[in-house]
Amino acid sequence: MCRLALKTANEPFSPYSVLTAMEAMKEGYDGSGLGLLLRGLEFEDFKYNPRFPILSGIAHSKAAEYRLDDYMDSHGYELKYDHRFSMQKGLINLPDGYRYFLRAYRMPEPFKEKSLEERETELVRARVALRRIGEEHNDDLSVFSFYPDVAMIKEVGWPLQIGDALRLHDGQIKSRVCMAQGRQNTNYGINLYACHPFFIQGIATMTNGENTAFVPIRDWLLGRKKPGYIGYQSDSEVFAHILHYTLKELKLPLQAYKHIITPLSNRELEDHPQGDFLRGLRNTCKRLIIDGPNAVIGTLPDETCLLAMDQKKLRPATVGGRPGKWAIASEMCGVDALVPDRDPSLDYQPMREHTVIIPPDRKELTIWSQLDPYPLHQAA
Amino acid sequence: MVSARSVSVTPSSVTYSDFPWIITHREDRCTLCGHCTAICPQNAIYLAHRRQRIPNLDVFGKKRQNEYRNFTGIRQKTTMENRCIGCGMCEMVCPNEAISPLLNTNENRSVFFHNRQGEPYKRGGRRNAPGPSLLDRIMFDRISMLSDPALDAGRHEFNITTSLGRVLPPEEFLEKTLNGGWIPPTREIFPFVIGSMSFGALSPNMWLGLLQGVAYCNEVLGIPVVMCTGEGGCPPWVLKSPYLKYIILQIASGYFGWDEIIRAIPEMQCDPAAIEIKYGQGAKPGDGGLLMWYKVSKLIARLRGVPEGVDLPSPPVHQTLYSIEESVMKMMQTLSTAFGHKVPVYPKISASTSAKSVLNNLVRNPFAAGMTIDGIDGGTGAAYDVSMNATGHPIASNIRECYLELAKQGMQNEIPLFAAGGIGKNGNVAQNGMALIMLGASGVHIGKYIMQAAAGCLGNEKNRCNVCNLGICPKGITSQNPKLYRRLDPDLVAQRVVDVFMSIRTETKKIMAPLGRSQSLPVGMSDAIGINDKDAAEQLQIKYVC
Repeated sequence: MCRLALKTANEPFSPYSVLTAMEAMKEGYDGSGLGLLLRGLEFEDFKYNPRFPILSGIAHSKAAEYRLDDYMDSHGYELKYDHRFSMQKGLINLPDGYRYFLRAYRMPEPFKEKSLEERETELVRARVALRRIGEEHNDDLSVFSFYPDVAMIKEVGWPLQIGDALRLHDGQIKSRVCMAQGRQNTNYGINLYACHPFFIQGIATMTNGENTAFVPIRDWLLGRKKPGYIGYQSDSEVFAHILHYTLKELKLPLQAYKHIITPLSNRELEDHPQGDFLRGLRNTCKRLIIDGPNAVIGTLPDETCLLAMDQKKLRPATVGGRPGKWAIASEMCGVDALVPDRDPSLDYQPMREHTVIIPPDRKELTIWSQLDPYPLHQAA
Repeated sequence: MVSARSVSVTPSSVTYSDFPWIITHREDRCTLCGHCTAICPQNAIYLAHRRQRIPNLDVFGKKRQNEYRNFTGIRQKTTMENRCIGCGMCEMVCPNEAISPLLNTNENRSVFFHNRQGEPYKRGGRRNAPGPSLLDRIMFDRISMLSDPALDAGRHEFNITTSLGRVLPPEEFLEKTLNGGWIPPTREIFPFVIGSMSFGALSPNMWLGLLQGVAYCNEVLGIPVVMCTGEGGCPPWVLKSPYLKYIILQIASGYFGWDEIIRAIPEMQCDPAAIEIKYGQGAKPGDGGLLMWYKVSKLIARLRGVPEGVDLPSPPVHQTLYSIEESVMKMMQTLSTAFGHKVPVYPKISASTSAKSVLNNLVRNPFAAGMTIDGIDGGTGAAYDVSMNATGHPIASNIRECYLELAKQGMQNEIPLFAAGGIGKNGNVAQNGMALIMLGASGVHIGKYIMQAAAGCLGNEKNRCNVCNLGICPKGITSQNPKLYRRLDPDLVAQRVVDVFMSIRTETKKIMAPLGRSQSLPVGMSDAIGINDKDAAEQLQIKYVC
């Protein structure tokens, strides 16, 4: 089972601190992959304007990098910053020309005055186009995210080893939110795109456990014919896309996510003040019901962090911390390692009906229960 | 040698060893009680007095050379009308295990003489194709292992229901909730539906037993089972009862029983579960319903609004002034309107290579609440043997291609597909049903399995019994003759219905738990199944396993 760690703090911190915390949970992963997502970025050598989208990925060869440059230039993206990791040689074997990139771009001129929605749509389109270019050339270009204030790193190997190889401890990059996954490969192939977290249009999730309802959910999402609903190298990728569908396509509040992935039973809905609406929602989104065991950890563009469990709560996950600094981890020892200076008696393990929210102000946890009244006017 | 002219031999003469079933009778055990001859629905056996000559080898004696013994025994008749159908009722009632029908494994010459007087062979039952069906061979092979243990079928909570009714896409649902608009009705039902068997085809006791069992499943056990009436209406007391909500009313091309139904609408206490419009039946595609005159009793005649004792053949298609597409559309709209747009209305068609185009028609019809596809292995109360055996399309690939077509259009949650035809043919009802669900069905209809499991129907795929059409059902399941249907105790049928659904529920959990599924029915979970037949795997787009 994969191990997950998320840390969110008012003060930007190094992702390496999260990787060291992952060490505490290392019985649970097998070196088949590490995924890192950073949000609320600070670069040592560049004053980053959080309006600039950052393109994260790997060029597996010089040729791939040139193709990437060609695409970005021809579409009017202006390169503002190109972060170079000062790689430590010998820790991981990389072919010549292999390069991790985190690049900040200025959006093309026509998008300057466009709405946020249109800009976001363009970013997804560009990311998907670049990914396709990589796929057409023997997967020599991997693109993980393209979005303002978000950076992603994915690699096959042990988390700390990868962190050392990229010298993430050198303080060059810091962030206010960091999500990390140490992967344990289960049923699907080892593939860079299969590392969590998964990202789409500002929304990211990572999950432990297996999603047994993966195939029907994937087939339904593919049927939406949305540009970003592709990939699915991992059964957990659908969690990110369902969250995206809930928030961006259906424009429902975050509370709806849990009602969609693990709806209440008939008996519970009978007593619920908005039972009729929620029954309808369950019916219309039936194909998005997950079938655990999973703990889903996610982050949103406003730095909100969330944690939700499967219907049977068959996976562990704990949230703990103090005002200004919080952690969510799949294991309690992970929370200990991420925020040692907290009162562990206040740690919280959500039950099946809960969604735990760490709001952007990071003052205190919000815990929603599905049994609470649902906040939307549609349900009235 | 006896001259051939001294015995009667005609072109269509048959003897008992030409029949599919041969009666074996042990005279040493027979007590001559007569139970067997009394119960035989075919009058295939009779009590005979015989005389046997016993030669006396005492050549020097003065007495006559032979002695004679008189005895009484059971014999099989050798006329086609009285052929043994293998139902085995004689064996069932014999107190002394003296009699039983045995399958003739040599040859069955009687098949050449089924068409006497130019009338081809008609029967009840379903396609006589014994042996494992394709569904029987599907395995559930994606077991949750490694980091994720399987669920516990005995302890965890499972949600085993499916939706019957049109489901709007989420965007449209929210828009209509917000701005007001018609949201089509849906029902949460158990995915195993008692398929359409008409009041008329079934005896009153059978029907009552089914209904009692269904009501118990719903009201006591919380298993939301529904049953479909088939063509021929519904008893008025059911129409006006609170049990109507467990009933899918069928309308077919003969419209039998619909006068009563329409008249009862103002007095209905609740809405029916759904309306099924029968366009086709898997057992006899392109052929209408048929209730033979033997079964048109006074009660049936009243219910259907016809004279007693006449054949009731429904036309093969709905009579319409419109093209069939328009007629489907209008019928669905009309029936939906008749029930205030509060009852799902869906068509049932025979499995066919044209199923996909019917489906695409329905997709564009907002009143279409689903589609049932009935495969070639479906059962019937009466049909021509040739229709049953040779006409139709197997269900598995048909349901799969329809599901994949919906998936291609991103509509697989919107029009539920129900599969019928041969589910549980060899007893594996939960396995067959779940295999179809994973191929893409939202649920299945079971008819013959219910008759076999709940009422002890004797029919099988070796043409045993299969006389449902003649009204002589020896178990009283498909007869309108009170002498026969009194044999069937409705309470015991109800109890068996409950047994069946409880065990289907448990077996369904036993299938879902190892796959790690419990929250929703694994509709379209094709990664969970495999088959040891490469061609079938390729056609169904599932794994080949060996």
